[in-house]
Amino acid sequence: MGMTLAEKIIARAAGRSEVRPGEIVTCKVDLAMMHDSGGPRRVAPMLEWLGAKVWDPSRVVVIADHYVPAIDADSAAILNLTRKWVKSAGIESFYDMQGICHVVLPERGHVRPGLFAVGGDSHSPTAGAFGCFMFGIGATEMAGVLVTGEIWVKVPETHLVRWHGRLRHGVVAKDMMLKMCRDIGLSTVRYGVVQYTGDAIAALPMAERMVLTNMAAELGAQTGLIEPDDVTVQTLRDIGVDAPDALSWKSDADARYVRTWTFDADTLEPQIAAPHSPENSAPAADYEGVAIDQCYIGACTGAKLSDLHMAAEVLRGRKVASTTRLLVAPASTRITAQAAADSTLATLTEAGAILLPSGCGACAGLGAGLLAEKEVCLSSTARNFKGRMGAHSALVYLGSPYTVAASAVTGRITDPRVILAERAAA
Amino acid sequence: MTTTDGGRAFVFGDNVDTDTLAPGLYMKRPIEEMASHCLEALDPTFAKTVRPGDIVVGGENFGMGSSREQAAMALRHLGVAAVVAKSFAGLFFRNALNLGLVALVCPAADRIRPGDRLSVDAEAGRITNLTTGETYACEPIPPHLVEMIRDGGLLPHLKKKLKKKSV
Ligand code: SF4
Repeated sequence: MGMTLAEKIIARAAGRSEVRPGEIVTCKVDLAMMHDSGGPRRVAPMLEWLGAKVWDPSRVVVIADHYVPAIDADSAAILNLTRKWVKSAGIESFYDMQGICHVVLPERGHVRPGLFAVGGDSHSPTAGAFGCFMFGIGATEMAGVLVTGEIWVKVPETHLVRWHGRLRHGVVAKDMMLKMCRDIGLSTVRYGVVQYTGDAIAALPMAERMVLTNMAAELGAQTGLIEPDDVTVQTLRDIGVDAPDALSWKSDADARYVRTWTFDADTLEPQIAAPHSPENSAPAADYEGVAIDQCYIGACTGAKLSDLHMAAEVLRGRKVASTTRLLVAPASTRITAQAAADSTLATLTEAGAILLPSGCGACAGLGAGLLAEKEVCLSSTARNFKGRMGAHSALVYLGSPYTVAASAVTGRITDPRVILAERAAA
Repeated sequence: MTTTDGGRAFVFGDNVDTDTLAPGLYMKRPIEEMASHCLEALDPTFAKTVRPGDIVVGGENFGMGSSREQAAMALRHLGVAAVVAKSFAGLFFRNALNLGLVALVCPAADRIRPGDRLSVDAEAGRITNLTTGETYACEPIPPHLVEMIRDGGLLPHLKKKLKKKSV
């Protein structure tokens, strides 16, 4: 019997010819990524207490993105400690205020198909869009990895999620994801792997695929994966990553999946997740008219270049409604530069958008753009848990960058296809 | 290994998330301060009333969300002896055990009522409800982790192993 892609990567990292779901194995870690919040400030004292050093600094990447730029003395101290520790530990791959870790990691060429990687953050599965098995761990476990270079895993079962058909204009990966959060639910996958497949997935560019693997975390998966294909190879080539074996990282034809889910892209409509869970989703039309105080385009999930392009497509020649505000935090400085070069940023700011630094910011309640009591926000981020973006009574809705931008124009939740159709008719 | 004998149950529902256990607003602050806000979005009195030896009971997918282990650390800091739930988010489950916080998967967790007195034997995978007289079977802690939990978590366990190596 064959193996799934996840099983193949785990077997390789465990030095085994074969593994089966449920087995507990110890794997060698190819890559360990940390950020400023769960990284050095937490692991440095642990390593000191253990009297141990980083097993292989060349396999460690540190990215300061959560507290950037510092908003107070506490966050400044965290960043200061991060910079000093990275130097003393001999870690060369350090990205300071260059953007959000899950976007910066592949952007700077650290992700390849077949890698077994861990990240000190729950959205680490994002790298699965490249066929890399990457999962999130806490700081204590990261300290263990840094000392030993190893980690145990219970080989997860794989769910196959098949998307047929073609998305309509104005409907994107975020809508697919919110639909899956509702239909699959957040507690069904139970730390299994979600492998996305089908012609609708094959048609997605890499940035969109990354939304699906990123939010595999919301489905409760250990990680999300997409088998490498021509899009993967081309993206890696553009980044400058050499991965001659990329296409060999695939599930066997006779691999066993615990369950297969099927979705239809043709009929999918823009989706909105209502407070306080991504699972609480429905077609945007169902929420049409809900007044919005703040529109937020940001995070590793929803502020890549293609997301900014979606927003600009809606906002070109239009204005943000006077009853709301639109905040845009591009996911990395490289994306900001690209968006400046192709005049996307000008389109956004002319429409009245406020530009914020590249970092986690309001997404995790750490930086600029937080919400007051009872304020309503529509956000392109991944999570809308109670109190996450500021005050406890704030209400956060989730939607695609298209939907956030369209709603910024009207000041109310709006199906973006309405505005996109106006444009087509004009 | 009896984890607690007579601790009181604090019962929460499905999908208790990490932002509720460890709110982002206090992430920069010391664990004492963070812990005083633990679960306040669901029960504003929890952090004040919970006592060492008490037990947190959840439904499905307890600890969903972030990798921040302050979620488990806050509970430990408050003296919570164990978390019992129908299922756990994988990341939280690993974090809890790594920090020496007992996390038990108990299919009958929904039979436990707020304030019930519980006796928890983590290694045997058994909970006795002293209030109702019922006993509930739990999934045993994975065998390869039993020693780590006995040592008090991953770091003390590693320290012991490192010491052995250097001798
Ligand atoms: S942008 Fe939000 S979801 Fe992404 S890593 Fe930062 S805090 Fe987490």
